[in-house]
Amino acid sequence: MYGTGLAKGLMLTLRHFVDSYIDDIRYGFRKYSHSVDNFGIRQGTQTKGVITVQYPDEKVAVPERFRFVPFLIVEDEDHPTRAGKDWCTSCGICAKVCPPQCIWIVRGNDPDTGRPVPEPEAFFIDIDICMNCGYCAEYCPFDAIKMDHDYELASYDRTTHHIHDKERLSKPNSYWRSIAPTRAYEEMLARGTWEHKDAAKEARRGQSASRSSAPRPAAKAAPAPAEKEEAQATPEPAVSAAPAAAADGATPWSEDDAKREERRRKALERKARRAAKSGG
Amino acid sequence: MPTAAPDAPLTSTSIDGAIDHLQATYPEAVSADDREGYGGIIVDSAQLLDIAQVIRDELGFDYLSSATAVDYLGAGDHMEMVYHAYRSSGGGALVFKAQTERDNAEIPSLVSVWRGADFQEREAWDLYGIHFPGHPNLKRILMWEGFHGHPMRKDWREAYYEEEQKPFDSRWPGGHVHRAEEKNVFGKNVNYPREIDLSRLMDTSESAVYQSLGLGVDVERVMDKDGFETNELVVNMGPHHPSTHGVFRMVLTVDGETVTSLEPVMGYLHRNHEKIGERNTYLHNIPFTDRLDYISSMGNNHGYVLAVEQLLSLGRRYNEPTYRCEALRVLMVELSRIVNHLWAIGFWLNDIGAFFTPVLYFIQERERILDFFEAVAGSRMMCNYMRFGGLFGDLPERIKSVSNLTNDRVRDYNTMQFLTEMFSERIPRTIDELEQLLTQNEILIERSVGVGVLSAEDAINYSAAGPLLRGSGVPYDIRRADPYSIYDELDFDVAVEDAGDMYARYRVRVKELRESVRILRQILPRLEATKGQSIWADGKPGAYAPRVPHGEAYGRVENGKGELGYYIVSAGGKSGTSNPWRYHVRAPSFINLTPMGIMSQGYKVADIVGILGSIDIVLGETDR
Repeated sequence: MYGTGLAKGLMLTLRHFVDSYIDDIRYGFRKYSHSVDNFGIRQGTQTKGVITVQYPDEKVAVPERFRFVPFLIVEDEDHPTRAGKDWCTSCGICAKVCPPQCIWIVRGNDPDTGRPVPEPEAFFIDIDICMNCGYCAEYCPFDAIKMDHDYELASYDRTTHHIHDKERLSKPNSYWRSIAPTRAYEEMLARGTWEHKDAAKEARRGQSASRSSAPRPAAKAAPAPAEKEEAQATPEPAVSAAPAAAADGATPWSEDDAKREERRRKALERKARRAAKSGG
Repeated sequence: MPTAAPDAPLTSTSIDGAIDHLQATYPEAVSADDREGYGGIIVDSAQLLDIAQVIRDELGFDYLSSATAVDYLGAGDHMEMVYHAYRSSGGGALVFKAQTERDNAEIPSLVSVWRGADFQEREAWDLYGIHFPGHPNLKRILMWEGFHGHPMRKDWREAYYEEEQKPFDSRWPGGHVHRAEEKNVFGKNVNYPREIDLSRLMDTSESAVYQSLGLGVDVERVMDKDGFETNELVVNMGPHHPSTHGVFRMVLTVDGETVTSLEPVMGYLHRNHEKIGERNTYLHNIPFTDRLDYISSMGNNHGYVLAVEQLLSLGRRYNEPTYRCEALRVLMVELSRIVNHLWAIGFWLNDIGAFFTPVLYFIQERERILDFFEAVAGSRMMCNYMRFGGLFGDLPERIKSVSNLTNDRVRDYNTMQFLTEMFSERIPRTIDELEQLLTQNEILIERSVGVGVLSAEDAINYSAAGPLLRGSGVPYDIRRADPYSIYDELDFDVAVEDAGDMYARYRVRVKELRESVRILRQILPRLEATKGQSIWADGKPGAYAPRVPHGEAYGRVENGKGELGYYIVSAGGKSGTSNPWRYHVRAPSFINLTPMGIMSQGYKVADIVGILGSIDIVLGETDR
């Protein structure tokens, strides 16, 4: 009969309409009041129907692998030896692998010898150009650049706020572990330590333990022949205490305090010299 | 393909047999392409038209998939047109090429043989400056009339030109930042002829715009058969029009309400994706392919990595992707096909008047799939998931949000459980609802049955692809006709409908949704069985600058919108290269518009909107 198809379709919309009220009764209309708990109900796994997220009052949490404009990892302030130090070694792989070429890095040089030091002097990302592909984080051999979860970067003036410099990009290591606990753990397993590769290497030298036959970390990209420069800058693979021990948060500090103090002092001096050279 | 018996008909002979036949028939004009890593034949362009007729009629390659140009500046200094012809009954490609010199480049048009060459030759003229004598309407298609130069030529430099290839030297080690806008748009990189006055570039009047289309219509008075006095007139639809799904323009001539001719006008979203692609490294291109058909970025990734993997396999150090990797690829691609078809049907319904009720029901399921993509690949639409020989990452154990925001209990599913529930309950339920809502709906049937008809012969001849081709009764699905990945071991049917109208295309999409679910259900046990297997052949991620050996490759996949192909030329030396020499996208949205004109003739203006919606285009891919 003409019109049955139409009626069947309208029955469906009617059912959807009624269902939304059944859902309301089931949750006692709590879906509509704005609080964190109710948000969990409204957007929860059991809820039927589409309910508007009242952005920006409410936000859907993003999954761990979510990627937005990158940030640089610096060591936490309470780190015993490397507080405030960049994880980045300015090897330049992120700048090369960046599809829209939005990363600019000034490689650090030792003012005395002129030799490159494993620390960037400056680091810029033009977030207008960044396409959030995540390659920089994926191919960084030092786990030093990561994709952020903070997507609210709008500003009133794009000409002054949209080139992020090193200061703006830097975030502590603990932040990364808080936004991506699983991946930070996986990286640790690949690296063999919770510490930066360089730190682990130094620690190992201090220990003078004979563990040179440790396996190479699996996550490291094989350097292409043309990238000799980075290959030289790449430190030897880090050697771990047993990953399980490292996973507990135990840090393999073993060198003696005097040596460590001495190296830290030197590093700070170098940093100060560079700062003076680059005009503060 | 098995070699044909000597007495087999030519239309079913093998590719090699076909090439032998051509070489025997035209010993002077046909020679094998023996460049390293290349295949197919090179045809003398003086006899191209005759040979193309033979290829189509005698050898049975009736479907011209791709026709594109390559500029070999510095590597022979010639231009080349590359054609990939297939049989609509399935099988591999017959690749033939025609060469011409760079100055006064000229190759006879094949539009009289395959109408599907129409837009593709216009594109080659527009971007490469190759002239096609015999083409009925050889005008620019992506750039505007009056544009100076042919931007895909290797010696053409764009504004902001920095270097021939990425990575640019200015980024590291002395990477002092500058904003792109600080440079002048009309900078030194652009050469304008002296007679062009930049200040007058935008000064085009309406009449000039229509004149350039060559419609040949004056506003004239005609009397129709009932004696009503009607005016034939030109109606402009778009580029800013909600029915065009983006910035796309159609210029119609109508007699009363009836459309007498239609000319699609495109290029408003043109960004010369291919030029960017040739400047990029191979790896850089993957996230750029996301931005072609942004509804199904997984499929775009897949076609591109397949093409590059073909090239990589020419080299010595290459490992096939693991089984788990292939299974995950199929999982992602089929999910994005579901997203694509739900979206296509939903917006087509918007176009013909079922405004937003159905599409919102579909978007509900789409949201779940996008949540899944986000949890696996890191982004909802710009997935950037596939890599050469592998993937960005394996499935996470759980799909869940992180607790740095307030609501970590909102999304927390076991991944396999989530997928099982999706494939066994949610998606089938949505498809059932879709059918209940629409398939028998009388209004929908009256609007769409018998409207926008494309015959099977025309569909093949116009190189239509995807649901547009299959809705016209041609059971051609690349997953079956020329299988890739693990599709040859999966059990599914090719969706096909004979009527060739809008309703048939709708039915094909619904059937394909069901077939996709069927495939996905077969993928689940394969994922369970390969649990723990690496997604990389040698256990570790690929290099960031893979060296790609010398050669050419054409990788094609059945994407939601039709055949998506990538033609890639690598001009590397012994050690290979990390930047493609030629990167061409055979975009289904673009080529499916070729028959738009004949599909629209005789229907009403209001139907045009629906016909365009039933083709299902995305302007990111059409304009590239």
